Amino acid sequence: MKHFARLFYELDQTNKTNEKVDVLVKYFKSVTDEDIMHMLALFTGRRPKRVVNATLLRTWAAEKAGIPLWLLEESYSAVGDFSETVALLLPNPKTESNKPLAYWVQYVMSLASKTEEERKQAIFQAWEQLNKQERFVFNKITSSTFRVGVSQALVIRALSVHSGIPGNVLAHRLMGKWDPITISYHDLLGTENPKDDLSKPYPFCLAHPLEEAVDSLGSPEAWQAEWKWDGIRSQIIMRNGHIFIWSRGEELVTEKFPELEALKGYLPNGTVIDGEILPFQDGKILSFNVLQTRIGRKNLSPKILKEAPVVLFAYDLLEWEGQDIREKPLQERQLLLAELVKQANANPWLQLSPKLDFDTWDELTQKRLQAREHISEGLMLKRKDSGYQVGRKRGDWWKWKIDPLSIDAVMIYAMKGSGRRANLYTDYTFGVWKGAELVSFAKAYSGLTDKEIIEVDKWVRKNSLEKFGPVVTVKPELVFEIGFEGIQKSSRHKSGVALRFPRMLRWRTDKTIQDADSIETLQGILNVYENS
Amino acid sequence: MADNLIEFTPKGMYCAQGDFYIDPWRAVERALITHAHGDHARYGHKYYLSHHDSIPIMKARLGFNLYDGVAYGETRVINGVKVSFHPAGHIIGSAQIRLEYKGQVWVASGDYKTEFDGISPAFETVKCHVFITESTFGLPVYNWNPQQEIFDDMNAWWQHNKERGIATVIMAYSLGKAQRILHNIDKGIGPVYLHGAIHNMNQAIRSSGYDLPNFPKVDASMKKEHFRQALIIAPPGATGTSWFKRFLPYSVGVASGWMAVRGTKHRQAADKGFALSDHADWPGLNAAIKATGAEKVIVTHGYTAVFSKWLCENGYDSRTVETQFVGEGPDISEEETDTPENIEIQDLGLEEKNIQE
Repeated sequence: MKHFARLFYELDQTNKTNEKVDVLVKYFKSVTDEDIMHMLALFTGRRPKRVVNATLLRTWAAEKAGIPLWLLEESYSAVGDFSETVALLLPNPKTESNKPLAYWVQYVMSLASKTEEERKQAIFQAWEQLNKQERFVFNKITSSTFRVGVSQALVIRALSVHSGIPGNVLAHRLMGKWDPITISYHDLLGTENPKDDLSKPYPFCLAHPLEEAVDSLGSPEAWQAEWKWDGIRSQIIMRNGHIFIWSRGEELVTEKFPELEALKGYLPNGTVIDGEILPFQDGKILSFNVLQTRIGRKNLSPKILKEAPVVLFAYDLLEWEGQDIREKPLQERQLLLAELVKQANANPWLQLSPKLDFDTWDELTQKRLQAREHISEGLMLKRKDSGYQVGRKRGDWWKWKIDPLSIDAVMIYAMKGSGRRANLYTDYTFGVWKGAELVSFAKAYSGLTDKEIIEVDKWVRKNSLEKFGPVVTVKPELVFEIGFEGIQKSSRHKSGVALRFPRMLRWRTDKTIQDADSIETLQGILNVYENS
Repeated sequence: MADNLIEFTPKGMYCAQGDFYIDPWRAVERALITHAHGDHARYGHKYYLSHHDSIPIMKARLGFNLYDGVAYGETRVINGVKVSFHPAGHIIGSAQIRLEYKGQVWVASGDYKTEFDGISPAFETVKCHVFITESTFGLPVYNWNPQQEIFDDMNAWWQHNKERGIATVIMAYSLGKAQRILHNIDKGIGPVYLHGAIHNMNQAIRSSGYDLPNFPKVDASMKKEHFRQALIIAPPGATGTSWFKRFLPYSVGVASGWMAVRGTKHRQAADKGFALSDHADWPGLNAAIKATGAEKVIVTHGYTAVFSKWLCENGYDSRTVETQFVGEGPDISEEETDTPENIEIQDLGLEEKNIQE
């Protein structure tokens, strides 16, 4: 675990990409293949299940440190990270351990079958032989909260340097479902024909936002345009008579969409489609809000399935007749996809995502303005001769979103953030006018620069009125432009509306609270939105 | 009032019997000063009484006033109150001020740390009835590593930078942290350069007889190549200035107790954080308080409410008092002591006019 804790610490100490790669390569060179597998699992979100809940861990940590629970909570609010808090306040270890990461991950997993008292003793024993840095990662693993500020692409880059296997090959081999306990480094990454599990998806190709003028892309004929949908970007895989659905977050979500399992009666084996799952009824796309009502649910009742039915809008074809066709040009893949969708004739579950006809960029610019009426977020532009790439690459794919809806609002509450924002007021609640009163309608914490955050934090400290737990009310004075992607009715907010993706677009230091918008403005946007 | 040897007034801590203040934040007739950091030693008092070694520093920062100095352990009687100064281990010249009147003993500790840093006289326990304490790091998550480990780490970092041919810059308060680093760092690794503010501060301290190495200050005529293997020590306010850019390429380290926590470290635009503090950590605070034998503990700055509650639960009669002491600010650009601007006002009248470009 020493190497792993050191790795985490060193990655944490730098924000320079090349140094991170160096640190990763150094780590790969200094540990066993078994440890590499466990590290890769942790770094790619394949965390072992949580074996101890947070409340118990807190109680035990307080007991071990000899402090009351309230003091642990106070410490937590200063540190902003529970695992770190515990690592810092425990007494120094009595001995040290040279056991590898693989040992400790399995140590944690073995707790699942133990009694509560046994778990407690096992955790105490671990704390007694791990130093601060090691305890920190141990706590992260135990509470299943391990996260790291290193992208998968960077890990793959380093692993490629270490292993000599090309990055795109590694990216694919690392996808899907695998478990470092049951598969070896060699079997997952090192063989020409890995014993792929049937469900293995391809790495998603992602787009950069278009920031330049659209005509900078050159001739319009070279480009394909389609609507950018606001649903769940997915890969649907049909192999050996089974359907698998992966979300972009690399989560297997097949069970969340039982109706799409019907596609196994329609699609040929050896098919992988990249598309968007959208709520869809009577030939019309519905707002994302409708999909939200079923996403988080464990139990999908027939009622929910009826109220929020879904469709797969197909964007692209990645595997055809069992062959990886990602290197073929987009227009060839599109022809194969169109033919496949037609042959499958799998209405109402599978449709081709429509392409937009346009001859000039001006024409397309006009069409983009209608995006909101189509319940779309804007346009996707893809170069017709492009292959399907791994990850976010610049040049072939662009997302050209419409400007967000926006409103000027007054900050009325502030709350301290967590993690690197611990001890800083970074999470704000905003209000708009309802008569002479400001009513809350949205919370936002992103969009400000670090410098602005520090300035706002100072302001909050000087202008807080009352404290309710972690939240303070502040003097209504600061005005922000709040951007959002959608709006719906809500009984949870005083204002009666809830926003989708609210964030701060700008701090309007030029405006006073009298210039802020009113609830009527929000109602107006809501009416337009609901009627479209 | 006879019971209260020290009262807390809008001007600061006041001893009515002795008719003097301790570290007052508004101008008063007679001020006893625990140490020369800006939040404890302020402008405008008529008479200053402090440890000898604080005087050259105050002269440098506050100009010429009526200063009177005492040695550690020396007793003065002021209007019947016996007053003495005892090492607080915080910085050079720092003292806990002990007051005794009619058998009652109060100690105002100012800022203190219990670990000996190699240069500031080591903290001494002073028995008392009432102890006035700081609590800058009054949470159990603050446990400093032994100083040697921190300096080993700092030396290794400098060595590593030197091998890569990039400058090593450490941000540290010009009074206290800077001298501590100069004293303890491995000076054999490469050349050392100082920001003008630190250079001036060292001159003041050297006049008290402290043997500080005499490193050159960064000079406008120096070429970039000067700094490739060097360690440069600069106060936090210097980051982001054109003065700073001359060291490019560089690696910046911040030396502050707050660096013990990842979140605060990430907020600094620094490559490396060293949890090095001149304030007591949690075990230090608790041990120091216990050793005084005090029944009553007044908590002045830092995590006051939390620390005071903890003390109450552990059998002390403790309360908090609002003061204007800062301690070590979590936003290290807002430090307890010295912005370069502050120092520029009283630049010792030495040769350098332009400390910060």
